[in-house]
Amino acid sequence: MFRSLRDDDADPHRPEVTLSVDGEPCTVPRGAPVASALLQRGAASRLSGLSGSPRAPYCMMGVCFECVVEIDGVPNQQACMVVAETGMIVRCQVGHRSAAGCATR
Amino acid sequence: MTVGIGSASPASRPEFAVVGGGLVGWSIAYGLARQGRRVVVHDEGDIALRAARGNFGQVWVQDKGAGVPEYHRLTRESAVQWSDLARGLRDASGIDAGLQQPGGFSFCFDAAAFEARARLMRRMQTEAGDFGFEFEMLDRGSLDRRLSGGPALGPKVVGASYTPYDGHVNPLRLLRALYQSAIALGATHRFGAPVDAVDPVVGGDGFEVRTAWGSAWVPQVVLAAGLGNERLARMVGIRCPVRPVRGQILVTEKVQPVLSFPTADIRQTDEGGLLLGSSQEEAGFDDRVTIGNSGAIARRAIDTFPFIGDLRIVRSWAALRVMTPDGLPVYEASPTHPGAWVVSCHSGVTLAAAHVHGVAAAIARGRLPPQYAHCSAARFAAPAPGTAGKEAHVPQPA
Repeated sequence: MFRSLRDDDADPHRPEVTLSVDGEPCTVPRGAPVASALLQRGAASRLSGLSGSPRAPYCMMGVCFECVVEIDGVPNQQACMVVAETGMIVRCQVGHRSAAGCATR
Repeated sequence: MTVGIGSASPASRPEFAVVGGGLVGWSIAYGLARQGRRVVVHDEGDIALRAARGNFGQVWVQDKGAGVPEYHRLTRESAVQWSDLARGLRDASGIDAGLQQPGGFSFCFDAAAFEARARLMRRMQTEAGDFGFEFEMLDRGSLDRRLSGGPALGPKVVGASYTPYDGHVNPLRLLRALYQSAIALGATHRFGAPVDAVDPVVGGDGFEVRTAWGSAWVPQVVLAAGLGNERLARMVGIRCPVRPVRGQILVTEKVQPVLSFPTADIRQTDEGGLLLGSSQEEAGFDDRVTIGNSGAIARRAIDTFPFIGDLRIVRSWAALRVMTPDGLPVYEASPTHPGAWVVSCHSGVTLAAAHVHGVAAAIARGRLPPQYAHCSAARFAAPAPGTAGKEAHVPQPA
């Protein structure tokens, strides 16, 4: 569904990074945002905490918060604003993050 | 209808022009429309200084009206009527304002503040007389037991006051619901031009409402223009000395439900974000956020509930309250220009039910009953001839 424009330059030595999205390896050009990996998968990257509907990266400029995912254990990260790095562990979110970690008693 | 101002047939001509498209203006318009009155709302547009779009969204009762029990009563009766308002709006517009009224806490961070709070609550109970006033002062131990199962309190919290009357809503959905409900009852909306003048027609025959688009005659006019009321009210012989008091709000990322009640300055919206407020600043018409005050708001929120320190702030904004010198609303009928009314307050959410059910109905009947006497503009000195003097700033009411 989504394809990087830079695929057209067909440079076999293009620097890439590989991250894990829900346990599956995903390779994107170095410098690309985590959201590009989510789009490349072509599937929803979260389920809305309000409506339960599937969502994916949308504005790609840090405004709409549709692309939030857990990155390296930290939930609600805007995937469009975080540069992908090799070894990152990305998890798609179902609903709102919990507020615990938040020391309830 | 966007053209041909004043060309409507007599049967469809508005009987009332409401000046102001915020929560107060649309509450009055909806209330008048419910009374079968034809209403046009003049709305400056999205450039307006909209308290309605920046407020904290509380239906807050517990410390309102110390020293003025009539105002406390007005506030509390509005809070009691709020569930009827919410139901009516849902029926008329299909929009749920998201009312929750579990009661609210106001936290204290040292023994002196706790004692002062207890004195305030006792005083309000005394002043309430037969009307009654329920409150609890909870020391730290009682508070921990009461809130068990919820988020832990910070070490600096020494106690809190609680009253069962407090609640919160989604203020943006409220504004939309009021608008849609009024429109459904036939109100019309003139959007995009400020009202330059309200000119009483010589001989007492109504008013010319003037905008950049032209002028329209209307029998009666209700000024609900927020901070614009000071200027407009003079044109109908009423003193309405309102000034801006800035408040700043921070919003966190959305999280699962964690707070089941509002506090004086923290609440979790029905969509999951936490709203952290809310400062009281004399900053003129400057509605920008400042690092210092935002920081103080965040600090206090973390002092209350340390888990908030783990949440990301995703937005912040400032808005300007519409404040009178004594903090009370202004509900006034012009003594010199019958048919002109002024409605101003800084609690457009809390008082929305009173405005829809009480104040608008009274305006439709043509008379403000004695229960609103404490809100008369007669309490402000008449303007000296030829001066446009500003009211001296008076310290904030409790």
